[in-house]
Amino acid sequence: MSINIKAVLKKYFMVLVLIVVLLAFHAATGGKMLLAQNINNLISQNAYVFVLAAGMLLCILTGGNIDLACGSVVCFIGGIGAVMMDHDLPAFLAVIVMLAGGLLVGAWQGFWIAYVKVPPFIATLAGMYAFRGLSNVVLQGYAVGIRNEGFLNVFGGGADCYVPDLFGSGSLNLTCVLAGVVLVAVYVVMVIKSRVNARSKGYEVEPFYSALVKLVLISAAVIWFFYKLAQYKGIPSSLIWIGIVLLSYSYITSNTTMGRYLYAVGGNEKATNLSGIDSRKVYFFAYTNMGLMAGLGGILTIARATQAQPTFGQGYEMDAIAACFIGGASAYGGEGNIFGIVIGALLMGVINMGMSIMGTDANYQKVIKGLVVLGAIIFDVLSNKKKN
Amino acid sequence: MGKVILQMKNITKTFPGVKALDNVNLEVEEGEIHALVGENGAGKSTLMNVLSGIYPYGTYEGDIIYNGEVCKFQKIKDSESRGIVIIHQELALVPQMSIGENMFLGNERGKKNAINWNETYGEADKYLKMVGLSESSRVLIKDIGTGKQQLVEIAKALAKKAKLLILDEPTSSLNETDSRALLDLMLEFKKQGMTMIIISHKLNEVVYVADKITVIRDGSTVETMDCHSMKIDEDRIIRGMVGREITNRFPKRENVEIGDINMEVKGWTVHHPVYTERKVVDNVSLNVRAGEVVGIYGLMGAGRTELAMSIFGRSYGSGIAGSLKIHGREVDLKTPREAIEAGLAYVTEDRKGNGLVLSNPIRVNTSLANMKSVSERGVIDVDKEYAVAVEYKDKLKTKTPTVEQNVGNLSGGNQQKVLLAKWMFTDPDILILDEPTRGIDVGAKYEIYCIINDLVREGKSVVMISSELPEVIGMSDRIYIMNEGRFVGEISSAEATQESIMANIIQSGRDK
Repeated sequence: MSINIKAVLKKYFMVLVLIVVLLAFHAATGGKMLLAQNINNLISQNAYVFVLAAGMLLCILTGGNIDLACGSVVCFIGGIGAVMMDHDLPAFLAVIVMLAGGLLVGAWQGFWIAYVKVPPFIATLAGMYAFRGLSNVVLQGYAVGIRNEGFLNVFGGGADCYVPDLFGSGSLNLTCVLAGVVLVAVYVVMVIKSRVNARSKGYEVEPFYSALVKLVLISAAVIWFFYKLAQYKGIPSSLIWIGIVLLSYSYITSNTTMGRYLYAVGGNEKATNLSGIDSRKVYFFAYTNMGLMAGLGGILTIARATQAQPTFGQGYEMDAIAACFIGGASAYGGEGNIFGIVIGALLMGVINMGMSIMGTDANYQKVIKGLVVLGAIIFDVLSNKKKN
Repeated sequence: MGKVILQMKNITKTFPGVKALDNVNLEVEEGEIHALVGENGAGKSTLMNVLSGIYPYGTYEGDIIYNGEVCKFQKIKDSESRGIVIIHQELALVPQMSIGENMFLGNERGKKNAINWNETYGEADKYLKMVGLSESSRVLIKDIGTGKQQLVEIAKALAKKAKLLILDEPTSSLNETDSRALLDLMLEFKKQGMTMIIISHKLNEVVYVADKITVIRDGSTVETMDCHSMKIDEDRIIRGMVGREITNRFPKRENVEIGDINMEVKGWTVHHPVYTERKVVDNVSLNVRAGEVVGIYGLMGAGRTELAMSIFGRSYGSGIAGSLKIHGREVDLKTPREAIEAGLAYVTEDRKGNGLVLSNPIRVNTSLANMKSVSERGVIDVDKEYAVAVEYKDKLKTKTPTVEQNVGNLSGGNQQKVLLAKWMFTDPDILILDEPTRGIDVGAKYEIYCIINDLVREGKSVVMISSELPEVIGMSDRIYIMNEGRFVGEISSAEATQESIMANIIQSGRDK
C-alpha cells in the first residue's frame, strides 16, 4: 500500500504543488487570490497558454521538439486578421483566413522539419525571426484596433464577453452554475459507463475507492470553479474555446491513431518506422497542427486586446513550452498529456497572478518562473532516474 | 615461464534473468599474447568489461588479481591508471577531431585550462611512429581509412602507458593486408614486453599470434591451450568452441507439410548507407517455402541483419539491387508499410533499439504495426486493442500481471514475446526472425522455438537468422551460411554439423 501512495504522489505531484501554491498565495494576499474575479482572470488572461501548449505538447511528444516561432506566428496571424477587419471585411472571413494562415505557416515549418530534416530548433528559430518581421510588415509598425463587435464577443475580448445568462440577472449567474452541474453529470455518467463496460468485458478496473475519491475530487473542483465564475460574470467566452481545444486534444492524444504515433515516434522512432509508420508524416502533422493552434492563439490574443500590435506574442512560445514541461511532458519525448499541461499552465498563471497581487517586482517574477520550470524538470529527471 | 600478471578468479556476472559469466577463470602471464575465443554471446566481451571496470567492482562476484594485488575498479579510469587498456571493437574516435586531439581526449596534455598543443602533437607523432603510421597527428580522423584508425586506437592506448592491452575484435573491420600488419605489430609489441589479450573470431589470426588460447563457452571457461607445448590448429579450437552436447533443447516439429516457395530473392546486393561504394550484401540468392524454417548462419558483421532489413522495405542500405518475389510475383517494396502489406514481417535482433517502445505498455506495442485492425477512421477501439493484447499474451504465455505493463519492465524473454506478438498480429506469410533468442534464458528460448514451430505448422515461412550454431542446426530445415556479405554455402540441416559449418566459413575466409 505504501508503494501505491508513492506512485499516486508522483503522478499527481504537480496537482499538489498547484494546490499548495494556490493556498499559499491565498494566505499571503489576505484572501484576494481566490476572489471570483481573479479566478476568472486566471482563465481569460492565460487563454493563449492553454491553446499554444496543446499544440506544443504534440511537438514535444515527438521527441522533445519545440516550436520557437509560435509567438511570432500569433502576432503575424493576429495582424492579418486585424487588418482585414480594419478594412471592414466580415469577421467570419477573417477568422477563416487566420486559421488557414496558421495552418499554412505550420505546414511550411513542418515541411522543412519532417521532409528535409532541418532540426526543429533551427527551423522554428528562423520562423521566429521571419514571422516577427512579417507582423511588422502587415501592421506597418502600428497598432490596429478592432471594432467588429461580433468578433470580440465570440472570442472573448473587450469588457463583457461572457456567455449570456439565460435565467435573468441575479448576483449569481445561474447559467454558469448549471453548466458546471451538467459538466459534472456528464463526467460522472461517462466514468460509470466506462467502468461498467470494462467490468463486463473482464478488463482490469481501478480499485473502487480510488476511483470514487478521484471522481469526487474532480467533481468538487469543477463545481467550485464554476461557482466562482458564477459569482463574477459567468462563463468567459475564451473558456469555451479553451474547453473545445483541450477536450479535442485530449481525445486526439489518447484515442486516435495519430495520437498514438506521436507517442511512438517520441518513444522509439526507429521501431515506429519499422512498424510501417512514416515518422515524417507524424512530424509534419505535429508542426502543421502547431501552426493551427498559433492561428487560434492569434485570434484570442487580438480579441482580448481589441487590437493587434507588432509586439504581441513575444515570449508566448516560452510560456507554452514551460507549461508542457511543468506539466510532466518528457524533454526526450514520448511522455506527457493534456491534463498535465492544464496543470502546468494553471501553475504558471497562479504564480504570475499571485505575485502581481502581492506587488512583487516584475524582474523577480521572471526569476521565480524560471526556478519553477527548473524545479519541475529536476523533479522529473530525479524521479525517472530512481525508476531505472 | 613468465610471471603471472593477471588472474581472474571465479568471476560470475549476472544480468537480470541471465547468467552471462559463470565461474570464469583466466590467467595471463607477463609478455604473452593470450587469445579469448568463443561463439557470439559466450561472454568474452563481458569478461573484458569486468576486467576494465566498465562493470564496477561489486556488480560481479570473484576476484581480479593484477600484479599480485586484488583490484577493485570502479570505473575505466581506475583500470587505465594501472595500465590496463581496452580497445573496443567499435572504434571510439571522434571523426571531426584530429588524430592528436583524439589520442589525448580526456587525458589532455598541458595545464588544466591551457592545452599544450605542441606537446599534444609532438607526443602524438611519437606514438604514431611506434605503430608505424607516417601521418601527421594534425590530420583529421575522418580523412584516414579504417585500418589506420584502428592503429590510432592502439597508439592512443600506448599513450595511456598501457602494460596490458586488450583488443576486442581488432581486425573485424579491416581488410587482409591491414589485418596482417596489425597482427605483426602485436608480435612486435610482444618482443618489447607488452602483455596482450586478443578477442577474435578469426581463428587463423588467433593461431598466428597467440601464445595461449582460452576457450569460453556459455559463460564458462572450457579450457586453456598452450600453443607452444602442443600443436594447435583451427580444427582443435573449433572443437573446443562448439563441443557441447545437444540434448533435447529443440522441440520436435512434426506433420509440417512443406509447400510452395513463398519468397524468393535473387542476386540481392546492398551497399552501405554512408560509404556507398562498400558492398554489405553481395549477390545473395535465397528462397523459403511455406511451412519451412530456413536458417541463415553467420558471425556478427556477416551482413545478415543488413540483408534482412534491406528486403524489409529497404529499411537499410543504399543502391539495393536484385529481384524479390513473393508468392511468385515480383515485388518492389520501398517502405516497411509496403513490406508489411506484402505479408512480410521482420522481427529485429535489437528489440530495445529497433523493436519496442519501452515506455509504452504491452497493449500499445502489440498493435503498433497493425493499427488498422484496431481502429476505424483514425480512432482507436481501445477495447478491441486490449482484447488483442490479451489474446497474444495468453497465446505466447507472456509473463506479466497485465497488458498495461510497460514493456521496459519486462524480462528479455518476455520482451521478445511481445515483439513476436506485434509481428504475428500483422498476419504475415513470411517472418524474418533476426536472432530471436539473443540474451534470453534457456526456458524462454524453448518457448520461442515452440512458437516458431506453430508458425510453420500454419503454413507460414520462417527465415531465422542466428549466430548460435546449435540453434540453427536444431531448428532449421535448410541452412544458408553467410560470411562477409556473401552466401558461402547451403546445406540441409540433416547433413549439417557444427564443425562443417564453421569449416565452411573459415574456408571462405581463406579463399578471399
